[in-house]
Amino acid sequence: MTFSHTVGGERHRFAGLADLLAKASPARSGDALAGLAAESAEQRVAAQMALADVPLTAFLSESVVPYEADEVTRLIVDTHDADAFAPLAHLTVGGFRDWLLSYDATPETLTAAAPGITPEMAAAASKLMRVQDLVLAARKCRVVTRFRGTIGLPGRLSTRLQPNHPTDDPAGILAAVVDGLLYGSGDAVIGINPAGDSPATLRRLLEMLDALRERHAIPTQTCVLAHVTAQLSAIRAGAPVDLVFQSIAGTEAANRAFGVSLALLDEARQAALELGRGTLGGDVMYFETGQGSALSASAHHGVDQQTCEARAYAVARRFRPLLVNTVVGFIGPEYLYDGKQIARAGLEDHFCGKLMGLPMGCDVCYTNHAEADQDDADSLLTLLGAAGCTYVMGVPGADDVMLGYQSTSFHDALYVREVLGLRPAPEFEAWLRSMGITDDAGRLSGCRPGALAGEDAVARLTAGLAR
Amino acid sequence: MTADAWDALRRLTPARIALGRAGASLPTAAHLQFQMAHARARDAVHHPLNADALAAELSTLGLPVLHARSAAADRPEYLRRPDLGRRLDDASRAALGRFAASAASESSESTAPSDPAESTASAESTGSTGSTGSTGLTGLTELTGFTASADGPDAVFVVADGLSALAVERHARPLLERVIPRIQADGWAFAPLVIVEQGRVAIGDEVGAALGARMAVVLIGERPGLSAPDGLGVYLTFGPRPGRTDAERNCISNIRPDGLAYDEAAHRLAWMMTESRRRRLSGIALKDDAPPLAASAAAPVLGAGKPSNVAYDG
Repeated sequence: MTFSHTVGGERHRFAGLADLLAKASPARSGDALAGLAAESAEQRVAAQMALADVPLTAFLSESVVPYEADEVTRLIVDTHDADAFAPLAHLTVGGFRDWLLSYDATPETLTAAAPGITPEMAAAASKLMRVQDLVLAARKCRVVTRFRGTIGLPGRLSTRLQPNHPTDDPAGILAAVVDGLLYGSGDAVIGINPAGDSPATLRRLLEMLDALRERHAIPTQTCVLAHVTAQLSAIRAGAPVDLVFQSIAGTEAANRAFGVSLALLDEARQAALELGRGTLGGDVMYFETGQGSALSASAHHGVDQQTCEARAYAVARRFRPLLVNTVVGFIGPEYLYDGKQIARAGLEDHFCGKLMGLPMGCDVCYTNHAEADQDDADSLLTLLGAAGCTYVMGVPGADDVMLGYQSTSFHDALYVREVLGLRPAPEFEAWLRSMGITDDAGRLSGCRPGALAGEDAVARLTAGLAR
Repeated sequence: MTADAWDALRRLTPARIALGRAGASLPTAAHLQFQMAHARARDAVHHPLNADALAAELSTLGLPVLHARSAAADRPEYLRRPDLGRRLDDASRAALGRFAASAASESSESTAPSDPAESTASAESTGSTGSTGSTGLTGLTELTGFTASADGPDAVFVVADGLSALAVERHARPLLERVIPRIQADGWAFAPLVIVEQGRVAIGDEVGAALGARMAVVLIGERPGLSAPDGLGVYLTFGPRPGRTDAERNCISNIRPDGLAYDEAAHRLAWMMTESRRRRLSGIALKDDAPPLAASAAAPVLGAGKPSNVAYDG
């Protein structure tokens, strides 16, 4: 089906939904690289005007990636909840945006509608939204998940403690974990990206994190972000696996490039569930995503990178994850050129994920060849805090010495909590208080000589480390 | 400013731990140290390659030096369009093609086997290479015969700026002057060394194919990190031709004095090149299981800045 819009006597034509979505996308380098972007600023807005008039039902009759060729499309179509969609069925994309911003869209109505919202509907709405719309609508979405703590409650901002080390040195990793815990980080997960991929390394790191968590009764979960097949093997070998991690994308071919399929992810989830390690809930999956992954695998089917990204959330939600985050600036300037493009993409991803019912976090990050710096990261972090982001990363000094990029630091998370009045997950908050790491007001309680409680926490957490 | 009581842990990791805090925020000193590291990395990304100076420096290796450009016109285009950084521009492609055709006709007129002495002699001409500057390969076709092998050269070294021209300016010659002596005794025929501006790893495929080389060894500046802005990477591809994938390459990364040291990197690269030539493959099937480098086994190093001191060819 073709679409068109006439403005000022000029008729703009678009070849189909995929073309219309791509041309309506706010500018970003990855869509230009793919040859999908609007050819002029006017064409982009004309596409947005045409998109605003498209009925949401059009997304149920036309798939941007063919049903026969792609298991993600089949997942989207076959699991669509018509009852949840019914209250929205009369809307156009433009009307959908208006509804999302209206007083009628409440946490309750949004939660009820989520199973009826396809990735393409969410992506389409986001393309008509400004930054403030993305913040406002996402903030109204409630997604709460549980394993050993409660993630995503209103007024809370959790953190993934990311203690990576260039050679997976256990003492080096533990030093970074202790540093993070003493800065109040780690309630979403303590998660290591391993430098090596050997089963022995994976096993050693899993056991080390689990022992630390057990010894100090930390109400959180741990994860080593190896490939899902390696984690499955570790589970079968008896290793202590809390969460199963995997990078995922929005097309079957892109997932194949990651070495995964829906069946494999289902197998991994079942294996983790059988371990029964969650005390408060059974949300056992952790996914990472990011705009551009499908294009970089030549697996985008002519679909723009933001729509591909939203399709990855359809994959994620099938497996009821504890955590999902976009790694928004990791992929480089050929996909998101500068701080402006990274910020917009981070907010789009957060909004689309939340709208589809996911516990959406964001790795606010950039590489050294992107036109971005700490000021850009601060801006996006603050906006995400306002948008009710579920969690952000905690990397020592914002400098990941293994992956070689800049993320958010322990200090950054405390900044946004302080400015916006946000707190960690309740169970973790109580643990921080019990350890004397924070005071009654939730502030860091001077972990320095003379501050007895803080000193005690330092002594306990560093015992055996500072040889 | 509140110091952290656990700063003894800092020696356990290069990560930025125990930074202290002002309230909960980063203290001034730690903040400015981060800013400096990022500033150096940014400067490295945008530092333009001085191709003429590098050509003059590399000419001491005894190989002719050619100068080419990718299809990416400048750094902003290079950053946005990785596809252009993987292709030669039209002028460079044409010039490399002319050069290869000329070399082929030369070798067909001569039955002389590969003679490293000829490559040494041709090195005299590389002084003019440096001065050709932006005109690329013009005037270099007289440098034929140095491969002098009817079936083409065994390998071509491609030196590309990548994301850090600093890396190749600092580390390309120290690495190459340790690699070439280690393998030269095995009778390698080298194509001219090719410097590429605004190049990505895969441009070695087109360069290697154009020169008929059986192997491309690309030395390229890696994406600068906060810990170092000048890490050098080396990518080996057997049978280079456009369309090769990353799975068909082998890589050695983070080559710099405080990362992977020159001698160790040269040892591994020499082993990898030797195995690749012997087994006629590269990539996943060629595991990097080079035996450890014994300190006593370090090969002699070419005298820096002394083009006459090419002891390895005899």
